[in-house]
Amino acid sequence: MQHRVSDRGLTSLLSPSAAARRIPGMRTVLYRIVWGIVACLGIGALAWLALSRGETINAAWLITAAVCTFAVAYRFYSKFIAARVFALDARRATPAVRLEDGRDYEPTNRWIVFGHHFAAIAGPGPLVGPTLAAQFGFLPGALWIIIGVVLGGAVQDFVILVASVRRDGRTLGQMAKDEIGPVAGFTALVAVLGIMIILISVLGLVVVNALRASPWGAVTIGLTIPIALVLGIYLRFVRPGRVLEATLLGLALLVLALYAGQWVAASPTLAPVFTLDAKTLALLVMAYSFLASVVPVWLLLAPRDYLSAFVKIGVVVALAVGIIVVLPPLEMPALTRFVDGTGPIFAGKVFPFAFITIACGAISGFHALIASGTTPKLLANETDARMVGYGGMLMEAMVGIMALIAACVLTPGVYFAINAPVALLGTTAQSAAHAISGWGFTLDPGELQRLASQVGERTLLSRTGGAPSLAVGMAHLFSGILGGHEAMALWYHFAIMFEALFILTTLDAGTRVGRFMLQDLGRHVWAPFGRVSWYPAVVLSSAIFVAMWGHFLWQGVIDPLGGINSLWPLFGISNQLLAAVALCVGTTVIIKMGKARYAWVTLAPLAWLVAVTLTAGWQKIFASSPRLGFLAHARALEAAGAVGGDVSRLIFNDRLDAAVAAFFMVAVIVILTDSARQWLLVSRGLLPAVSTEIPFEPTAIAS
Amino acid sequence: MTTRPPLVPGRLDALARAVRTIIGVPDYERYLRYMSQRHAAEQPLPREQFLRLRLQDRYNRPGSRCC
Repeated sequence: MQHRVSDRGLTSLLSPSAAARRIPGMRTVLYRIVWGIVACLGIGALAWLALSRGETINAAWLITAAVCTFAVAYRFYSKFIAARVFALDARRATPAVRLEDGRDYEPTNRWIVFGHHFAAIAGPGPLVGPTLAAQFGFLPGALWIIIGVVLGGAVQDFVILVASVRRDGRTLGQMAKDEIGPVAGFTALVAVLGIMIILISVLGLVVVNALRASPWGAVTIGLTIPIALVLGIYLRFVRPGRVLEATLLGLALLVLALYAGQWVAASPTLAPVFTLDAKTLALLVMAYSFLASVVPVWLLLAPRDYLSAFVKIGVVVALAVGIIVVLPPLEMPALTRFVDGTGPIFAGKVFPFAFITIACGAISGFHALIASGTTPKLLANETDARMVGYGGMLMEAMVGIMALIAACVLTPGVYFAINAPVALLGTTAQSAAHAISGWGFTLDPGELQRLASQVGERTLLSRTGGAPSLAVGMAHLFSGILGGHEAMALWYHFAIMFEALFILTTLDAGTRVGRFMLQDLGRHVWAPFGRVSWYPAVVLSSAIFVAMWGHFLWQGVIDPLGGINSLWPLFGISNQLLAAVALCVGTTVIIKMGKARYAWVTLAPLAWLVAVTLTAGWQKIFASSPRLGFLAHARALEAAGAVGGDVSRLIFNDRLDAAVAAFFMVAVIVILTDSARQWLLVSRGLLPAVSTEIPFEPTAIAS
Repeated sequence: MTTRPPLVPGRLDALARAVRTIIGVPDYERYLRYMSQRHAAEQPLPREQFLRLRLQDRYNRPGSRCC
């Protein structure tokens, strides 16, 4: 299936049957028929999803629509980009070949690069976003993931990967500076720091909500920290370098931790000790991230990352098997009434908020950092970029689709009971049932309680953030294959454990990266602050960075509406902002290559993202509904007249959130304007179309 | 002329190495091989120092981890 783009002309020239090619042979006909069938299946399944109303739809339709669309898009669209836009050339030496140094730059087999790239891009994002967006029904999320990834997300990853491969593996920030200009480069740098802060705080909130009042979860997750330390010490002093052996040991210990949590939760004396409230958990998460940022990497971060990579791949495979074996019906309707903007999980209409809520899975700007990080330095052959960049993102979209299915196998009543905040549901199953019936769904209070005890939790009411409802959905699927109802509790906590493991890995690694970025910026103000091996500077910069995201996490914890409503849209906006930066860089690269006639490949998703980001940002700041608009919420609090420490802090937080949203919007406009100026100058011939691409050099690697 | 890395690793050892690369473990043996092939005159870094530098590089910049 994988044709070498550049070889084709050559083979047809050399082939004796070149003349006969005009009359399609048996193989060509068969080939066309097969792809025709795949395309028709995809379109048929999409149409069935979009048009059928009233009856329950099986997940098989969603899987078919996604798989067929992705196959056709990969075969035809990614090939079009590879051949026409970039003219990828197997004979051209990649940085891994030219600059091989035994460390960073290493020509690597493409399947291994694919695995490495996928493990780096897949995280908690594609699991949580689709779960939250299911409040609109399954259709908006499904269509956005399927169409968005094919025309947007996968294109972005692919384009940035190729651009970076042709520039010695430069990072997105450097490319923004080189291709667009210093203003765009600096804006991108500051924006990345802002995105890290919001990303870490919102993921911290998800993990806090998942572990709140759950001794089983808290103990299991807590134990993953000593497990990582044991592995770190084992790898350093006992058997250095035996990573796989140590990781297997770690996986066995994780299973033990799962049972230890169950044992603690069942113990009348220990359970209350580990039943923690949200504020305590938030402080613990901050303390953990701070420590992870200042201790040596080998002790905690690296072993944890190895474990998490294994668990990640294992869970994605298990989820796929679970869905394919069970083929569950989707209990959630295609569209709910909340497309009108009154949704309980987060406020805002389906446009733009469905497209903000699902970032990872459809298009994620963060991937541009990875596609211009380690991956371009590993590609042995330029043409591998298609499979790694475009193909890798399609895989992540499949994860997003599976998460959406896992959320939609719950009945809407249960889904909203788990995901809506206390402020809307009240604190009892009865009040929740009442509120949910007001939204047009039914919830049997007894059923919710039964489900909670089945999964080994005291209550599932208002366990916001997406992780618990995804875990319930996954436990539902897994127990359908293995263990039945008795195994629900183990599967639920297994799912919580791996979600929290992913998130904590992003939290600690992100805090460390944020600390370095802060030191890099801070050294311009006070030189010693930038010394990465001077302990006081390390501690100070880590503390400042943790305080920055910790503030937002704390704000989410004390927010009576549940922080997801304000923080998740900010995260979505920031992630899409980064995608807009990446697509601006991509467009500039394409235009400067003299391929302006193909600039629509990146301009079309860019236009959509700019529309989505600016609309969502504007609404989050200025909308008149207090649930949607930050400023309206602050005014409503002021008008209520109650003055006190907490209220004034809430008002301050609202204004801060509005300022953050405004900053992201200004950043989009600055980078877009700066890029558009370049595009105009180049297309009018006022500026030579010269890019910083490294000139062609023949490769020494035989393909 | 170096050859393209093999698609299906012939030995279990190579498979283990592939898995290690995927999860992001620095490969000291490969580095040694590289140094002996290309820079035979130079003294390669000792294992400990190599691993420390590789891990530092991996965790000090965005680009190895995502949401």
